[in-house]
Amino acid sequence: MAGGSIGLWGVPLAVFGGAVRVSTPFLFVSLGECITEKSGRINLGLEGTLVMGAMSGYAVSYYTGSPWLGVLAAGIVGVFMGLLHALICSLPKVNDIAVGIALMLFGIGLAFYLGKPFIQPQAPFLPSINFGWWSSYPQVQAALKINVLFLVGIALAPILVWVFRATRWGLILRTVGESAEAARALGFQVIPVRIIATCVGGFLAGIAGSFLSLYYPGSWNERLSSGQGITAVALVIFARWNPMLCLYASLLFGGAGALGPSLQSVGVTEGYYLFNAMPYILTLVIMILTCSPKRMLSGAPGELSITR
Amino acid sequence: MAAPAEQASPPVAAAPIGTGVAAKGSVRFGAAAEAILVPIGALAVSLLLFGLFTAFAGVSPLDVYYNLANGAFGSWFSIQNTLTRASPLILTALCTALPAQLGLMIIGGEGALVIGGLFATMAGVGLAGAPPIVVQVGMAVVGMIAGGLWIALAGGLRHYRGVNETISSLLLVYIAIAILNHVVEGPFRDPKSLNKPSSPSIGDANLIGTIPGTEIHWGLVLGIIACILAYILINHTVFGFSARVAGGNVRAARMVGLPVGKLILITCFLGGAAAGLAGMIEVAAVQERANASLIAGYGYTGILVSFLARHNPLAIVPVAILLGGIGASGGMLQRHLGLPDAATVVLQGILFIVILASEVMYGRIALFKKKEA
Repeated sequence: MAGGSIGLWGVPLAVFGGAVRVSTPFLFVSLGECITEKSGRINLGLEGTLVMGAMSGYAVSYYTGSPWLGVLAAGIVGVFMGLLHALICSLPKVNDIAVGIALMLFGIGLAFYLGKPFIQPQAPFLPSINFGWWSSYPQVQAALKINVLFLVGIALAPILVWVFRATRWGLILRTVGESAEAARALGFQVIPVRIIATCVGGFLAGIAGSFLSLYYPGSWNERLSSGQGITAVALVIFARWNPMLCLYASLLFGGAGALGPSLQSVGVTEGYYLFNAMPYILTLVIMILTCSPKRMLSGAPGELSITR
Repeated sequence: MAAPAEQASPPVAAAPIGTGVAAKGSVRFGAAAEAILVPIGALAVSLLLFGLFTAFAGVSPLDVYYNLANGAFGSWFSIQNTLTRASPLILTALCTALPAQLGLMIIGGEGALVIGGLFATMAGVGLAGAPPIVVQVGMAVVGMIAGGLWIALAGGLRHYRGVNETISSLLLVYIAIAILNHVVEGPFRDPKSLNKPSSPSIGDANLIGTIPGTEIHWGLVLGIIACILAYILINHTVFGFSARVAGGNVRAARMVGLPVGKLILITCFLGGAAAGLAGMIEVAAVQERANASLIAGYGYTGILVSFLARHNPLAIVPVAILLGGIGASGGMLQRHLGLPDAATVVLQGILFIVILASEVMYGRIALFKKKEA
């Protein structure tokens, strides 16, 4: 049996393995954005944060030899990007969507600028756990190699649900996002809460970036991220600001994103680019199906500019 | 420029604007001065921050400023380079500025440019053999329709399905790029293009050529005409007035019976058509064929141009020339100072952030208030 071919079964298997790999950045960005949006702000700049995280994570991993320090550094850089967004948005009359667009361009530019020296060298990668040790098929083993960050993300989703629902912090966050006036009346500090929520969102988006450069696809170059950040922001909207739905949606997206490479691996190259665009097409279609001009989206934080 | 801004103090700012009818003229003057001085101040602050940034990289800010100015406007060659780069920026900026009149934030100009360029090329190849003017007009019309429909889709989804237009227009960029790559690698590939998959050429004879005595192609003139038309449309027609009313308050617009959906669709179509024309010009003046070179980021810089110009079509022209200049000096910064080519993108990003933050300054500059009192 050892090393035998499993034929076309390789496609669903590769899609599964790919879904796990590809979904991780979606998962982290969407959970982070979920926290930010719950506070009543939207940060469209997470695409820039993602690329900055990818670059800084790769650079730190290269210099220190520790990929985990790289992940931490990417998270910290993400906090700073989030802080920048949060502080500018806290000025009166400033539009959070426009600031997000600006930070998207800024983050990408800065990452390309600072990341130039790291395109060539090879940084140590994040380890993964092999859940496929029992199988003799290399395809099965490859599909069941699961990165630790993915497991962290899976654990994070229910934890966030619990935090939102049952903790003091979650209640304050939701109140601020639902109605700034009510929050003020209760004595909560609206702006500091939003700043913290945006920083936490940036932290998670930075980590998502480090996953891109340190695990899959696993290199630093200027074509590394292609819209995962912005897709994840859209994902939060149709996941109805529910972390568990963010998790399922991320997996769906990961599967869609893995379809192109999986088909290519078994020799189907026709329509490669169109298959690669699947996550964007899927996002658009789901948004068309789930949005409505008539009513506010159920579960939307009342202060969110994007749903008003 | 930052100095007067810092003097803004709450008591002065709280003074009523225009204490009497006689003060109205000076209020108007103050607003106009503000509309010019605040962006210039923001530009100065951005250059200062960028100087600090390069100082960390061990490059003297003064050298940076010198090379920026020199690379943008220092010689006839660089002026032509700047103006050539400004032309697609003018058109893609309209793609953000026109929908912005309706309160929509469209950031998908890059997608409309790519789709417009691709369909214009198809039209150009399809019309091969016809007189050049027929081919050029055909390409422009098809490119504008394709780009226009692409952005009208985002506008329509917003109006009829409540899909956020900022996100959908950006998703459409990625989809447009995928379509371009798919088409030029498969069904519409010139078999002779080996390393860089491209469509067949539209033919030398059909290129739109340059303004006599210069190396600048006619795209610049088309862009300026488009901006003037857009200005007239917004400020001097019933359509533009309706659009601005709907942008100010959708409910009020519905109340007085304005067809909001139609306004959104047409305005988005026109914005997309401008970006589609930019794509057509890139093909018909520079590339001669559709390929990945169309994805040059003009659409994204156009967003910045539109915001810098505060979505005013006439202001777009000088702002686009300024940003074209920053882009043109990138090579100079790279060759003379060893800065990475992304340095100009960093400067653009800083400028974008500072401009948005400078919104705070409007109506708060003490200098203008004192004059009124």
